[in-house]
Amino acid sequence: MEFKSLFANGFSRRNLFQMGGVAAFGAFIPLTARAAGARDPRFITIVLRGALDGLTAVPPVGDPDYARLHGREAQTTSQPLPLNTMFGLHPAMPHFAAQYRAGQALVVHASASPYRDRSHFDGQDVLESGFTTPGHTDSGWMNRLLLTLRQDQRITAMQGLSVGTTTPLIIRGQADILGWAPSSLSLKDPDLPGRVLALYQESDPAFAATFRDAIKTNRITAGFDANSARGGPADPQMMAAMATGTAQFLARDDGPRIAALAFEGWDTHVSETDRLTRLLGGLDDALYAFQHTLGPVWKDTAILVITEFGRTAAINGTQGTDHGTGTTAFLTGGAVKGGRVIADWPGLKTAQLYQGRDLAPTIDLRSIAKGVMAELYDVSDKALATTIFSNSDTAVPMKGLIA
Amino acid sequence: MVQSHDFEAALALSRFGLGSGSYGWHAAGGDARAALKHEIKAGSAALRIDAPLLSTPELLTQYYDYTQAVKALRKQTPPDDGSKLPNPVAERNLDEIGARFNTAVMKPRIGFNERLVMFWANHFAVATDKSSPIRITAGAFEREAIRPNVFGSFKDLVMAVETHPCMLTYLDNISSIGPQSRHGRSSRLGLNENLAREIMELHILGVGSGYTQADVTAFAAALTGWSVKSFSESSEGAGDGFNFIDTNHQPGEQTVLGKVYPDSGFFQAADILIDLASRPATARHITFKLARHFVADVPPPALVDRLMENFLATGGDLASVYETLIESDEAWNPACVKIRSPQEHLAAMIRTSGVTIRPQTEKQALYVMGQSLWTPSGPNGFPDTFAAWATPEGLSTRLDVTALIAAQIIRAFPGHNIDPRELAARCLGPRLTDATLQAISHAETVPQGLSLVFMSPEFLRR
Repeated sequence: MEFKSLFANGFSRRNLFQMGGVAAFGAFIPLTARAAGARDPRFITIVLRGALDGLTAVPPVGDPDYARLHGREAQTTSQPLPLNTMFGLHPAMPHFAAQYRAGQALVVHASASPYRDRSHFDGQDVLESGFTTPGHTDSGWMNRLLLTLRQDQRITAMQGLSVGTTTPLIIRGQADILGWAPSSLSLKDPDLPGRVLALYQESDPAFAATFRDAIKTNRITAGFDANSARGGPADPQMMAAMATGTAQFLARDDGPRIAALAFEGWDTHVSETDRLTRLLGGLDDALYAFQHTLGPVWKDTAILVITEFGRTAAINGTQGTDHGTGTTAFLTGGAVKGGRVIADWPGLKTAQLYQGRDLAPTIDLRSIAKGVMAELYDVSDKALATTIFSNSDTAVPMKGLIA
Repeated sequence: MVQSHDFEAALALSRFGLGSGSYGWHAAGGDARAALKHEIKAGSAALRIDAPLLSTPELLTQYYDYTQAVKALRKQTPPDDGSKLPNPVAERNLDEIGARFNTAVMKPRIGFNERLVMFWANHFAVATDKSSPIRITAGAFEREAIRPNVFGSFKDLVMAVETHPCMLTYLDNISSIGPQSRHGRSSRLGLNENLAREIMELHILGVGSGYTQADVTAFAAALTGWSVKSFSESSEGAGDGFNFIDTNHQPGEQTVLGKVYPDSGFFQAADILIDLASRPATARHITFKLARHFVADVPPPALVDRLMENFLATGGDLASVYETLIESDEAWNPACVKIRSPQEHLAAMIRTSGVTIRPQTEKQALYVMGQSLWTPSGPNGFPDTFAAWATPEGLSTRLDVTALIAAQIIRAFPGHNIDPRELAARCLGPRLTDATLQAISHAETVPQGLSLVFMSPEFLRR
């Protein structure tokens, strides 16, 4: 099969050094220029594309209505790891649990961006652009953070790092950034064949029959499993590899300080249990890889894990969940005041669900992101409410997220 | 057949064109049939490729110089295998691919004219993997013999094709020697029937149309001497590269399909060719293939009859045949029963998105999908039926390529808002179904959404 060579030649992969990274590394302002004892923070966001099911990731085991939700009991294969009396953690995330116990990790539950519809594209636009409506795709809020930083906070000429074959919108924009992807990262989208087949089954029986033959004879790998995802941004091993590489750059004195990654595959409409177990395991390995590889700078690090929206409270007819609203975000790192779940729990009775079907959002994700930036970088409220997140006065920066 | 002007406009881009370009699905305007006729009237002048590409004599000279340079390197001590020399055969092939998929297919509003170029280049197929001289001149063959004659008379098209160095080389006529010619008598070399047979079977009359082995042999004898100039020194004075070598030509009269042709040198085969190109069998063969290409694998017989009558009545005026096709209601069946060939599919993705792709990537994409440009498995060209392309292998490789192109589009337009829903609506217009729009809207990522647009039945079918 020519697949591999096609992709290899189709891309001149950007890597750090092609992008002038070497020059950038030479152009840093010596750390001694900074106030003694001041923190030299690392800030990383991981976007989970496809919409994470927050109720499976961090089940509200203490809510009596949780067990009553259709099909929810069966969504995790084994007992959740305990976080507190109200919330458990998916058993595929032992490293995050350890960070939580060490007081370095927290969960923000029933949270969401200001986006209230259910389109991935638009939801990701809002989440990453920092605007309240889709379509603002010139720049993302992390890039505007870079532009906002004071001169003495710019340790290196190229402060931002984009990870992956394409630059996530969240860090796109005017401020120059570095780009890097693991050399083995492929474009593999394990979800695409199933979606194409579903479309053909609905509207083109002839193509559907041919496509099924292609699957039967292994010309096409359909089904989201470890094999079909291998090598792409939905591969758990690749998530860890991306994290390790990112951390190696961020650990350097002269390396970038801010990074954005995107992991894919979270759109779990069908057979969610196995798939989410594998994906959350990949995320967990990635978070551990950051801790392990960042070494001494882990204590100055905050990693924010966010997704475009949540999923339906109840399980659908194909053992999955459909597009919803409220979900969980994760914040971890040595700089985080963790060991807690931040939630203004809305409840799970039908009347308490958003539009009668989704976990209702009670915390604005922008408050979390703004709180982290305010305390890590001393960014002014005005810049946070205008430049970085436009029109976000109502989303007050949450205090006390950073130790 | 009553259907809305809008639907017909969108259908025109798929069935007769190469998908929507910068004008969107409404490129054909309120009267799609008139818009198509406009591309016919614009004629072959609109098909000129505006790129610095070389002529056949220049290309063959370049190839000769290259082989000489490699030879010289091999004689050096220590010998050098010449593998570091830039290979003009591969480079010129990439130039030709880029000139088509990044330039020529982007120009027209609808692309009927470029579709006709693809059709005729496949009808008069050469295969670049046969030899380097064919490979380096295949693009020039399409530019010099096919493009200028797409809207002219079929006879002119045939003459241009069968006298082109690339075709004469591909179908071995350059080594066909009349046994009684001066060269034949001194060398004991003889006839090669390849070109004569394929002209009759594939290019003109069609298989089973009543010619015999004796007709093929006689035509082959008449064709002896049709050859290519030697390019050992320079391309100056080489004209178009065609060379009639009198000393290879079989003397004497030849009888083909009952008609006697006196020995008139070059003109003996030319006269046969012109006569054969005007016969009813040719008209039927050509118009059936045209209807099969644009309308259905088994085209409506009434449509083929109408096209054939027009072909015969106009002496093979191709523009008139195309107009008859466009005016026929059978050609506008709203059900799309054909599938875009890989070349059409790639061109449509490029036109729809406006992305520029490296020729090397385009070449590999076509290879992966089973339709390397000008490299069919034989002189009968690539197949032109639904069943041949809509295979498990076919759809799976399309899936790979659409994912690649989708990623290229994202990378090509950093900072631009690429919304697959808008792109689908813009390129498909009223042909976009709810099912496809829903599937695109539910995509997890933008590249996934773009792949779904490009794999949708209404994008693939035409």
